Amino acid sequence: MNELSVNHLLGIKYITEADIQLIFETTDHFKEVINRSIKKVPSLRDITIANLFFENSTRTRLSFELAEKRLSADVINFSAASSSVKKGETLIDTVNNILSMKVDMVVMRHPNPGAGVFLAKHVNASIVNAGDGAHEHPTQALLDCYSIRERLGDVAGKKVVIVGDILHSRVALSNIFALQKLGAEVKVCGPKTLLPKYIEKIGVGIEGNLKSALEWCDVANMLRIQNERMDISYFPTTREYTQQFGVNKALLDSLNKEIVIMHPGPINRGVEITSDVADSKQSIILEQVQNGVAIRMAVLYLLASKIKHNED
Amino acid sequence: MSQKVLLNATEVQIALQRLACQLIENHDSFSNTVLIGIQPRGIYLAERLKSILELDYTISPIKLGYLDITFYRDDFRRSGKSLEANKTNISFIVENKRIVFIDDVLYTGRSIRSALTAIQSFGRPAEIELLTLIDRRFSRHLPIQPDYRGRQVDCIGDEKVKVCWQEQDGEDAVYLIKN
Repeated sequence: MNELSVNHLLGIKYITEADIQLIFETTDHFKEVINRSIKKVPSLRDITIANLFFENSTRTRLSFELAEKRLSADVINFSAASSSVKKGETLIDTVNNILSMKVDMVVMRHPNPGAGVFLAKHVNASIVNAGDGAHEHPTQALLDCYSIRERLGDVAGKKVVIVGDILHSRVALSNIFALQKLGAEVKVCGPKTLLPKYIEKIGVGIEGNLKSALEWCDVANMLRIQNERMDISYFPTTREYTQQFGVNKALLDSLNKEIVIMHPGPINRGVEITSDVADSKQSIILEQVQNGVAIRMAVLYLLASKIKHNED
Repeated sequence: MSQKVLLNATEVQIALQRLACQLIENHDSFSNTVLIGIQPRGIYLAERLKSILELDYTISPIKLGYLDITFYRDDFRRSGKSLEANKTNISFIVENKRIVFIDDVLYTGRSIRSALTAIQSFGRPAEIELLTLIDRRFSRHLPIQPDYRGRQVDCIGDEKVKVCWQEQDGEDAVYLIKN
């Protein structure tokens, strides 16, 4: 198998374990490339990629842009704040206008779940989902699993707990799918109000107590409270949340083993994670960011290889 | 499909010895020379030459790296089949070094063109030479010729040259395969 089973990366739900393994193997090669003195390869020099960000992003957007540039693709950037979307243009119109400028691939972040799936059905370009509402964020899950594989050797058989705001998190859902496909065991931990009602139906365990969750796991993925997606109050105060679900040095030291700490960023230091934990050697937060570029290069490269070359 | 032996194990061995001697003539102690095996099939030839130079002629250490050219190929999205990458491993500095590219078969020259681009990502070498076990004459798409060749072969379009190595394929031999 040396080809992805899909033409778009819309979510981890839609890809197979073999796809993930292929992406990881390709990422290994790109990691070597980005450690060279010249970090660029010419593979995608005849591909144009549009980055459409209908929602704010720093890390993901920079990471995608860097990945695209290191593959020599031409890149155009678009953010909703400064565009005609504000004037009432629909998503399909916006994207088709951009595609008429001969764009081959679209990387899109959108506040509505399913925006990527919708777009893939209606436009003729390869779509990469860079986060759609509270649905999926596939490249984040891939880089998280890749970072676990790098630190612990393998993902299969590992126990991973995702802590925090699961309800509003696309990172959580994509991570759950990816970890399960790779054979890891997943639990979630957080305030009851922030856990999706039917989460156990997809084979995810629930743990109400952070200390027992950490005792159980090999890896803890700490999520941020997504205040921007909260329409009502889900817990009394941030201080109370931190006391129950924030990870600090004393808590980690009280465990009888050393676990790996992850965070997809942006970090709210002192809320879900304290600074000394975030900057400790148990944390692989910066490795995650570094792997992000290589993972996105692999995804773009593998998807681009499925775009037919136009002879004329 | 029929196949014909172009070189048997003894003939491969003789060719390797000669290529090693020709390298020594030009590179003497190899103090400023590095060998680069082109992935995927050039690395076996490169390993063999390294061990002949080190064991039979006690020139050591010979610096040997592997270069993968997948991301530099000119047939990405054009060949119909997807391209699978291999490991690149160059653990030394190539800046101002004399490089010898090593590959098993030189055919269209396109792989070597890709390798010339790829190696630039690692620095600016003093010079680059090309060593190949089999040189398929009259089939070049680009103006590229080897500096050292094991055997020249004339073959037509649908014929294929296959180089087998003991460590990978169970025998040392070169076959001409006709479809």
